[in-house]
Amino acid sequence: MARPVVRVDGTNVELHGAWTLSALHAESGSLQRELASLTDADVHWDLRGIEALDEFGALLLWRAWQWRLPASVLLRSEHEARFSKLPAGASAPRARQRLQPLDLLLGAGQSTISLFDHAAGLARLLGELIIAAALLPTRARLIPWREISANIYHSGTQALAITGLVGVLIGVVLSYLFALQLRVYGADVFIVRILGIGVLRELGPLLAAILVAGRSGASIAAQIGVMRVTQELDALAVMGISRTLRLVLPKVLALMIALPLLVLWTDTSALFGGMLAAQHELGISPMAFITNLPSSVPTANLWLGVGKGMVFGLVIALVACHFGLRIQPNSESLGAGTTQAVVAAITVVIVLDAIFAVAFSDVGYR
Amino acid sequence: MNVIEIEGLWTGYGSQIVHAGIDLAIRDGEVFTLVGGSGAGKTTLLRHMLGLESPLRGSVRVFGQPPAQGGFDAWRALRRRWGVLFQEGALYSALNVFDNIALPLRELGTVDEDLVRELVYRKLEQMGLTRTDADKKPAELSGGMVKRVALARALILEPELLYLDEPTAGLDPARSQSFVALIEALRTALHLTVVMVTHDLDTLVELSDRVGVLVNGHLVAVGTLEQIQHLEDPCVHSFILGVTGRRALASQSMTTRPTTT
Repeated sequence: MARPVVRVDGTNVELHGAWTLSALHAESGSLQRELASLTDADVHWDLRGIEALDEFGALLLWRAWQWRLPASVLLRSEHEARFSKLPAGASAPRARQRLQPLDLLLGAGQSTISLFDHAAGLARLLGELIIAAALLPTRARLIPWREISANIYHSGTQALAITGLVGVLIGVVLSYLFALQLRVYGADVFIVRILGIGVLRELGPLLAAILVAGRSGASIAAQIGVMRVTQELDALAVMGISRTLRLVLPKVLALMIALPLLVLWTDTSALFGGMLAAQHELGISPMAFITNLPSSVPTANLWLGVGKGMVFGLVIALVACHFGLRIQPNSESLGAGTTQAVVAAITVVIVLDAIFAVAFSDVGYR
Repeated sequence: MNVIEIEGLWTGYGSQIVHAGIDLAIRDGEVFTLVGGSGAGKTTLLRHMLGLESPLRGSVRVFGQPPAQGGFDAWRALRRRWGVLFQEGALYSALNVFDNIALPLRELGTVDEDLVRELVYRKLEQMGLTRTDADKKPAELSGGMVKRVALARALILEPELLYLDEPTAGLDPARSQSFVALIEALRTALHLTVVMVTHDLDTLVELSDRVGVLVNGHLVAVGTLEQIQHLEDPCVHSFILGVTGRRALASQSMTTRPTTT
């Protein structure tokens, strides 16, 4: 189609070509400036040369004419109808949302309230879970074995590679770090005790829990969220299938089984990495490292670590399910809910770890 | 002139064949309706015309250009010439109604915000929506309103070609009637070519200039409603019987209205 053209001859202005969005949008700026310079009342407009006129072209002219038809204008009849429907003035600008001084306070208040809200929600979910679990011993048919096993596979077995790799590398890093310090005092053998207690008691459980919170936490929240979007949660409810029993409980049980095992696996990997680095840096043979380990590290540390793993598993699954069930059926809420689930799960794990550290401060150090 | 030309189109996934050699030309300014049973390949054919699928064999051309190919500028220019109404509306849930409709205009990058506002308000008005609806999020809208907003968004760039995927699915009869009237009015006002997929016989009868019947991946008949009624194909027959049966029923109830005493 022909380009839009403005022909000015004294006080006569002729418009030609296609005045449509597709033809106009690239040069609407320059055309508007040209039209704006022609605002004198005694301009004679001739629009009969316009081949095509759409809403956009009409509005562009209409605005240049100050929202009314000019005194002297020649139009094609089919274009006249277009102009007759246009508004008599500019519409009011849309209200912009600006930050009010009070908004910060309101925001802080809302966050605090929502924190309590989440705590209450978590407590409710835990209660539902305990009630559901209490039903199971008398109704063995209801135990969701398949779901539990599938969840152990997804959150446990499939996490072996990443937790193993991270464990070995952190073990190597720590071992190097301590070796440098210990060599200064000639206390080389202490590497076994430091690494043993550090890994079994703190690092193994924490590393495994944080990795699982990122992996399985996100996957649980997103899965439940999409089930809300696709109405699968509603379908479960109308079939009389308890979502607590069939969705939440298997995930919680699976993580309570899988995470302690992953903790053991991460412990082993980290100690293995540390052992290699100790041999390289301090000349402690793997044989000496292994034989020294049981005598220098109290077994309580191992049980404490595994126990923490079980609690972390419970908390991660619970938090992820809680945020997943709150997801609204839209894309924004899905993203926000998944993020919140991972962030909250990791935060709660670290807070709990600190509580454990204080509560068990006289256990396992001999 | 033909807006869409499909020649010898084959589609399939794995061993399953969706389309087996489809030839179709859609003319400028007509309303073309694709009908067929569930799983006949209607939606996939529509996706080919939209460039969302690539043909296994054969070619699809929209405005003379293969929609699934081409450089970035050509790819974008083609998409500015058509508008699409998805079955579920496909409104962006993070944006409110106003921003949803304004998005294609703002993407052009050359239209100032004052004009965007006027154009969006004009479109809202045309679709029978109010300015208070402009601030709502898609989640707050009813099914009929979602369709209207989605249609406003599809039409905001003044397209030459409009695709409608099940435009009246999920609407009650009264709303679907007014939606059909809306599309009919727009079509005469804007000189649109419309490609539509529908299961709704009323929509089909009221809007279509020509109909294409898809059965098991073959386009078994193309023509006006009158033309395809006389075809002998059993599949076409069963579908059209539904149409004529309905019409017969409608005319009967008009003439012999039951009287209550």
